[in-house]
Amino acid sequence: MEPIHTHISRQYNTELEEIRTLVLQMGGLVEQQIDHAMGSLIKGNTAEGEAVIMNDTQVNKMEVAIDEECCQIIARRQPAAGDLRLVVAVIKTITDLERIGDEAEKIARMAVRLAGEERPKNNYAEIQALGGYVRHMLHDALDAFARLDIEAALRVAREDQKVDQKYEGTMRQLITYMMEDPRTISRMLNVIWAARALERIGDHSRNICEYIIYLVKGKDVRHTSLDQVEKEILGRVNS
Amino acid sequence: MNPDVQTAVRAAEPAYNGAMLPPPETKTAASDMSAQAASRSLIKAQAKGLNFYYGGTAQALKHINLDLAEKQVTALIGPSGCGKSTFLRCFNRMHDLYPGNRYEGEILIHPDNINILARNVDPIEVRMRISMVFQKPNPFPKSIYENVAYGLRVRDVKRRRQLDDKVEEALRNAALWDEVKDRLHDLAFNLSGGQQQRLCIARALATDPEILLFDEPTSALDPIATASIEELIAGLKNNLTILIVTHNMQQAARVSDYTAFMHLGELVEFGDTNTIFTNPSNKRTEDYITGRYG
Repeated sequence: MEPIHTHISRQYNTELEEIRTLVLQMGGLVEQQIDHAMGSLIKGNTAEGEAVIMNDTQVNKMEVAIDEECCQIIARRQPAAGDLRLVVAVIKTITDLERIGDEAEKIARMAVRLAGEERPKNNYAEIQALGGYVRHMLHDALDAFARLDIEAALRVAREDQKVDQKYEGTMRQLITYMMEDPRTISRMLNVIWAARALERIGDHSRNICEYIIYLVKGKDVRHTSLDQVEKEILGRVNS
Repeated sequence: MNPDVQTAVRAAEPAYNGAMLPPPETKTAASDMSAQAASRSLIKAQAKGLNFYYGGTAQALKHINLDLAEKQVTALIGPSGCGKSTFLRCFNRMHDLYPGNRYEGEILIHPDNINILARNVDPIEVRMRISMVFQKPNPFPKSIYENVAYGLRVRDVKRRRQLDDKVEEALRNAALWDEVKDRLHDLAFNLSGGQQQRLCIARALATDPEILLFDEPTSALDPIATASIEELIAGLKNNLTILIVTHNMQQAARVSDYTAFMHLGELVEFGDTNTIFTNPSNKRTEDYITGRYG
């Protein structure tokens, strides 16, 4: 992890390192939640799914704790420049991570419902592929955060387009199944909610990439096209 | 924190050598004004290539170029010994009081484009147009009224009515009138620290200066008095241009529109306060503002 250049107050330095570490820990926890939720869905394992549902409280607790630390830093240290942007970026990132946690919990709930139903021969392969993309996206976003790497952040943000396309493809597939055999509708609906949750995770991961760019460059790129961001931040035109 | 790994070479960046204000929006400029004149109307003073030598040899300021925006507050920040008070004192020719000090370069005051450092310019006249408030409140050993009236008397204002009006105006502008109107002839030393500082501000305002210089005006005051002075500064800038030296960065962030960061006699970075405190360009500025002095 890119170290924070040392503040003259060691205590302040520790506090800033602490929130960075906690965010990455929360990210790691949320990644695991997605893993287990997907695992539960694919394998039809209710115990794994229920563990994810219970662990969501852990994710929520981390959000509250990190928020509290950030508020205290603002109150006591009046951070400026890069430190201020770090605290603001952390506050925003944990909100998105908590939402990702909620989406993982939704997937786990769908998995528990589907565990009791007839399983298709392909073991929900469509959603496996989507899940794979999304897990990589989140992992790479957190990695970019740790390394404060805006090139990586931009690359990962662009992945969201692929995720959206993959999601649409998955939806078309599932709709086709429902049209072919209406008896599968109630089962497919659960799969659709799970696919939607994955697509939302992709969106949240893209948001995290936007916060990384804000943190490093001081530019708020939310609601800006990625081509525009690339041009302004990296000074190059995407071919 | 050095977030921008790719530009770590910023540590070797030269000092900012052109503290130019962003191009002004010509909201109210007359259509027949040239662009140059229009931009000058938003700049009250310009330091150009300013070098300063204590005792003629010890260089304390190195080639400073800085524009003071009219009717805005500009803050000077930097570590001890960086030259910010030295720079401030060039504006009202304080250094003339000690032999051997030498200025090089110019400080131009607009709109008349006079170089106040020129030998043929009377420093007393400069100090009428550019007043200063110091760190430790320093009222004269006179009454409240006489403190404020002093500058006017030096200017030969004699009529009682005129003096009364100007004193009241200055005390009102310094947010002190209500507290002292019933005891104008009491000794100034009887006032509290915060009141004395406001009296010094009133004294400075009495001569209708165009620029007001503040040299760490609240470092000797408690938080409440500090807050009231900062409120006062926010009100004063409607009518005059303010340059404030402060070692309290949060004060600079609260009070100023533009901030200049100085280090070892050089102007390192200059910009609008929001940008300096959220996303400074120079690593030295970032390090100072975030407390990474090592």
